[in-house]
Amino acid sequence: MTTSLADVASSGATLRAFLHGLPGVDRVGADQRAAMLGSRSIKTTAKARAIDLAISMVDLTTLEGADTPGKVRALCAKALHPGEGAPRVAAVCVYPDLVPVAAQALAGSGVKVASVATAFPSGRSSLEVKVSETKLAVAAGADEIDMVIDRGAFLAGDHLKVYEEIQAVKAACGEAHLKVILETGELATYDNVRRASWLAMLAGGDFIKTSTGKVSPAATLPVTLIMLEAVRDFRDATGRQVGVKPAGGIRTTKDAIKNLVLVNETAGDDWLSPDWFRLGASSLLNDLLMQRQKLATGRYAGPDYFTLD
Amino acid sequence: MSIFEYAPAPESRDVVDLKPSYGLFVGGEFVDGSGPSFKTVNPATEETLAEVATASSDDVDRAVQAARKAFDAWSGLPGGERAKYLFRIARIIQERARELAVLESLDNGKPIREARDVDVPLVAAHFFYYAGWADKLSYAGFGPDPRPLGVAGQVIPWNFPLLMLAWKIAPALACGNTVVLKPAETTPLTALLFAEICLQAELPPGVVNIVTGAGETGAAVVAHPDVAKVAFTGSTDVGRTIARTIAGSGKKLTLELGGKAANIVFEDAALDQAVEGIVNGIFFNQGHVCCAGSRLLVQESIQDELLTMLKRRLATLRLGDPLDKNTDIGAINSAEQLARIRRLSESGEAEGAERWSPACELPERGYWFPPTLFTGVAQSHRIAREEIFGPVLSVLTFRTPAEAVEKANNTPYGLSAGIWTEKGSRILWMADKLRAGVVWANTFNRFDPASPFGGYKESGYGREGGLRGLEAYLDV
Repeated sequence: MTTSLADVASSGATLRAFLHGLPGVDRVGADQRAAMLGSRSIKTTAKARAIDLAISMVDLTTLEGADTPGKVRALCAKALHPGEGAPRVAAVCVYPDLVPVAAQALAGSGVKVASVATAFPSGRSSLEVKVSETKLAVAAGADEIDMVIDRGAFLAGDHLKVYEEIQAVKAACGEAHLKVILETGELATYDNVRRASWLAMLAGGDFIKTSTGKVSPAATLPVTLIMLEAVRDFRDATGRQVGVKPAGGIRTTKDAIKNLVLVNETAGDDWLSPDWFRLGASSLLNDLLMQRQKLATGRYAGPDYFTLD
Repeated sequence: MSIFEYAPAPESRDVVDLKPSYGLFVGGEFVDGSGPSFKTVNPATEETLAEVATASSDDVDRAVQAARKAFDAWSGLPGGERAKYLFRIARIIQERARELAVLESLDNGKPIREARDVDVPLVAAHFFYYAGWADKLSYAGFGPDPRPLGVAGQVIPWNFPLLMLAWKIAPALACGNTVVLKPAETTPLTALLFAEICLQAELPPGVVNIVTGAGETGAAVVAHPDVAKVAFTGSTDVGRTIARTIAGSGKKLTLELGGKAANIVFEDAALDQAVEGIVNGIFFNQGHVCCAGSRLLVQESIQDELLTMLKRRLATLRLGDPLDKNTDIGAINSAEQLARIRRLSESGEAEGAERWSPACELPERGYWFPPTLFTGVAQSHRIAREEIFGPVLSVLTFRTPAEAVEKANNTPYGLSAGIWTEKGSRILWMADKLRAGVVWANTFNRFDPASPFGGYKESGYGREGGLRGLEAYLDV
């Protein structure tokens, strides 16, 4: 990291000055650009390629109070065998207490175990609790931690608190990758999305993620666009590459392909892999499989030909 | 090869029913022209699309007489009745949107995405908008019963064939005038399809007449003694000739001519969106836009950063088959225009500016020019003063807001300008000082039928669009 950026978090004032010195985002223009990219027409061979790429980028997710070991095992089975010829998904994402179940089911497969942590989804707890939860999840076998930022502190202008929390959680992660959930639906403005993205990257996040999936709006195209611009600019400034994960509200193949078009025309080739771009979703996978089969056979099979897990 | 290549996604041509030859539309009928017919080609492939009739001065006279004959009944209709026809035309345009968009793209060379998402929706919106005025003219601020002028002679350019037709015909008809319109020689086909739409809408014969041909046909329309109002969009040279021709004749005249707009980017701008605005300002429609942001004025403090961003963005532009739904940059409209763009670009290099284009493969057939930018441009360079009307951007710098205004205004033109800053007060200050008919703030090339459009100085006079657009077609 360049010296100028290493120093920005030396105090709340310098951090604030840096974040507020980032170029603004014009909402109308950003919406227009995202809408234009959303109108790209992806057909035939390009569509087939995009569908397989999207499947390989899915973080197959279940985050319900009613989750059970049985449910998680079923989801892991789906992650390992999504459908004939289809690639495996990138990860299975669960609550911390179910990490051991997922870790056992996915052991040695290459499919990662991701766990939310840090008092997901609200983030309303003490740093101590957040750090211990992270450590427990990692100890139980999580390869990736999806943490939430303290949106209250961010909106109150206490950027340093958010920064230090991310740093502490990153330290607790050890070898595990850290995805930082900004919960953009609560940040409200695109300027805030850009600032929170930089804050999370400066603090050491390996990925920035749009949403918990518990707040609406979740991953909108303009928000993902702004985050992709942020990782692109951050790499130019520091040399470090950070991944992006839109999550929540991505349900159809069309949505997924629009996201890939955004990556392609904003951040570029270097981000077009599961190492650098993920799609947090649950019902998306079946639609991808259905469209995949339609492309291969020319026909749609009924929904009962795709497993509900 | 990139990881995610887009497969070809061509829009189907089947929706367009191209005839081998087209006549003139006079008095509600398609008739032969007495001049020699000419070919209209697809500029992306140089394929001949159709033979089109040339209207001689006698043909123009017949068209004007048909319009005169229709005038009394048309202007005598209650406004609400005229509105019905205009609403009907607007709805048919929406119904036949795909057909119009494909034909526009074929004949003009513009990307189908733009024809589909910009041109045709705006055309329909224009007819809807002026349909709404037809029965409210008494409340438009021109007195209790403003009268139409008579026959309007209208000559339009090739860059937005159908949209310019809408800008001319919709207000004229709403006010009770009848029209004789001449589309550009290289792009007559959508105007002739519009003639079919007039028939479909059962518009009374003679209310709209369309005469095709080159400059001589246009000159005959303009000079005809029974034409009461002339509206022209095109080059400043032709505009001057028209003004001279009709001087002293009592004809009312509006001219919408060239431009050399400044797109001004301040250091506090939302840069990602500014880059999009610069791209949209100069590469939209291959830069064949009279209000194109062809001069980028960037604050010196962010010049390097902005140019890096801009070049990265230009590398993603997709040039090629205009009918491919993913094409961003289509074909140059004609060999003649391509030669002009090349000539001016060469002068840019000769005068010392630095030329840059992204790696970009041009198709072998057809008329193509890569997106190009010139850095190190000075106010004195030809590429900073003359309208290129192509995908060529001249980059200049400024230090202070006052210098930006001075440079932006230091041109014989004054059609449009763009301001990019997050500071609202500066937008207002700049807009007040810029001598341009349209000033966009944090956007560019946005059009709306309710917003008047027109120029200062050599960019012409009169306004089209909005309430002000009615004035040109009323005896006030």
